[in-house]
Amino acid sequence: MTSPLEQKKLKIAGPSVVTANRTWDGIVVYRTAGRSWSADLSEAAIVRNSDEAKALLAESIADDVGAIGPYIAPVQVGTDGRIEPGNLREQIRRTGVTIGQPVQA
Amino acid sequence: MYAYDEIDRTLVNERVSEFRDQVKRRLSGELTEDEFKILRLQNGVYLQLHAYMFRVAIPYGTLASNQLRALAHVARKYDRGYGHFTTRQNIQFNWIKLAELPDALADLAEVGIHAMQTSGNNMRNVTSDQWAGVAPGEIEDPRIWSELIRQHTTLHPEFSFLPRKFKIAITASDHDRAAIKIHDIGLKLVKNEKGETGFEVLVGGGLGRTPFIGKTIKHFVHGRDILSYIEAILRVYNQYGRRDNIYKARIKILVHELGIEKFSREVEEEWQHIRNSSLQIDDEVIEDIRSRFSYPNYEKLPHMPDELRQAAADPDFEAWRKNSVSPHKVQGYSIVTISLKPIGAPPGDATAEQMDALADLADKYSFGEIRVGHEQNLALPHVAKRDLPALWKALDKLGLATPNVNLITDIIACPGLDYCSLANARSIPIAQELTRRFANHELANLIGRLHINISGCINACGHHHVGHIGILGVEKNGEEVYQITIGGRADESAALGNLIGPGVKFDEVADVVEDIVEAYLALRERPEELFVDTVKRLGVEPFKERVYATR
Repeated sequence: MTSPLEQKKLKIAGPSVVTANRTWDGIVVYRTAGRSWSADLSEAAIVRNSDEAKALLAESIADDVGAIGPYIAPVQVGTDGRIEPGNLREQIRRTGVTIGQPVQA
Repeated sequence: MYAYDEIDRTLVNERVSEFRDQVKRRLSGELTEDEFKILRLQNGVYLQLHAYMFRVAIPYGTLASNQLRALAHVARKYDRGYGHFTTRQNIQFNWIKLAELPDALADLAEVGIHAMQTSGNNMRNVTSDQWAGVAPGEIEDPRIWSELIRQHTTLHPEFSFLPRKFKIAITASDHDRAAIKIHDIGLKLVKNEKGETGFEVLVGGGLGRTPFIGKTIKHFVHGRDILSYIEAILRVYNQYGRRDNIYKARIKILVHELGIEKFSREVEEEWQHIRNSSLQIDDEVIEDIRSRFSYPNYEKLPHMPDELRQAAADPDFEAWRKNSVSPHKVQGYSIVTISLKPIGAPPGDATAEQMDALADLADKYSFGEIRVGHEQNLALPHVAKRDLPALWKALDKLGLATPNVNLITDIIACPGLDYCSLANARSIPIAQELTRRFANHELANLIGRLHINISGCINACGHHHVGHIGILGVEKNGEEVYQITIGGRADESAALGNLIGPGVKFDEVADVVEDIVEAYLALRERPEELFVDTVKRLGVEPFKERVYATR
């Protein structure tokens, strides 16, 4: 899962969203078509080519108070329109850690 | 324990006020993220996958019980009820809200804890032996010198914008529990022929994508000169260290490129300019710091109290005692290592309830003191032997008496892809599966001392290069793949492990480790030959054959 922090070029291989972390509490958010942020992936704006992605990313970066570290992340869109994360990293960001909590006797 | 003076308390409190204002300006939009980032990093605040992560310093791994309770309080009030102890005597909270961070820092400041310089390109938390001050045969308590360096380097303007982060570790024992050879500067307390205290100074150690074992730059630097000598090293680094390439900016790269001889000449030349300056330390300064460390009033106790003799009949107690209890410099006392590696759990994590309960146990049995080791375990440094049975029962109720210290399930692991934004692969689930595979204590004891270290990316926070078995997670074609090394070690004979072959998939890692261990058990000359010594004797090949013959 190459960290998006190491991504050098913006390449869109399929449907993608812009994701970031909300500034005041850090939770994972997605850019919506309504130019705001949502913690619900199903509300994310889907982009399908580089120009769309660049435009959505630029608008997201401009909202520096709302969220930090925006980047393009791949998603999969089902035939029913359901949106799922496109890789393990984004799956973990959406659903949480894959581990249990510390053991308490 | 070290007691902060008024200057320290003022500094810590002012820092909280300063950061509170910075957060307020960030949330109002007065500061952009670009402007704020360096400020938050200087206060230990990272952005991880799911949330902000808050890293708190535990200088030289020493905690008072009220400080541990404060960490539990932060875990409970501001986070999700647990904290993660790291490989550099810090604790990390993974779910902190930026808006609440100033309050968390203020609560910690009340007990003298802060997060200064736990991130950023500055001098990081000075680490030391978790057995400092109680280990038999130690030259002297290395925390006195750790504290001197901490004071000198905290917010030091010359060291606040280094080419890259900078880490110092100090030991005073022949057996290195502080991993000094994988630090930017490693210091080993020694005595010269006159009986004077000084340091063997190592430089240029480090892991990450370009690992190096530190090299001795000077065999003896007198204690009074140690600040000027460290400053000379840092000045040379500040002058020549690369700032154009983050991957080549650590001092290890500079030492490697210049060569240790040329580097040491540069340091020597700089040192001659400053060694007789105000950086020379008066004995009074050292004595003042020494006087602020409090030591227990030990009782005169028997070597073998009745309580211990009677408890020896319980095999579970004996298994724990043999594994987790170590000799103390004072007769009748022991050092107790507390494993934070229960079977199936994330390595190094402790719940708020465990921290609170452990603070109570420290008050009852260890003069209110707790230590944090770089292996992600804790220790109670002053336990009377008569109290060991009662302590064991209490720890067992808390899930803190797993007798696996230094065994195969005592795994060092970074947070990996479950938390870390830099990670390429998961670390913790690999550790969890390995602890399940080797959960049988008889098997673990049969295998003997064996350190598995796991990192989820090349930055090597899990110290995989120096694991007896090192596991590095990488990403290949969108999948997690793990490279396995063997033969590394982090102690006084520090060495980098060697790759055994192509990477293996997530689901195969535990099988591969089992194969390696089975090969070791078949190949070792005698039960006392440690895994790492068998690898040194035979090399990688027999293990490679075993792992890849059927894959």
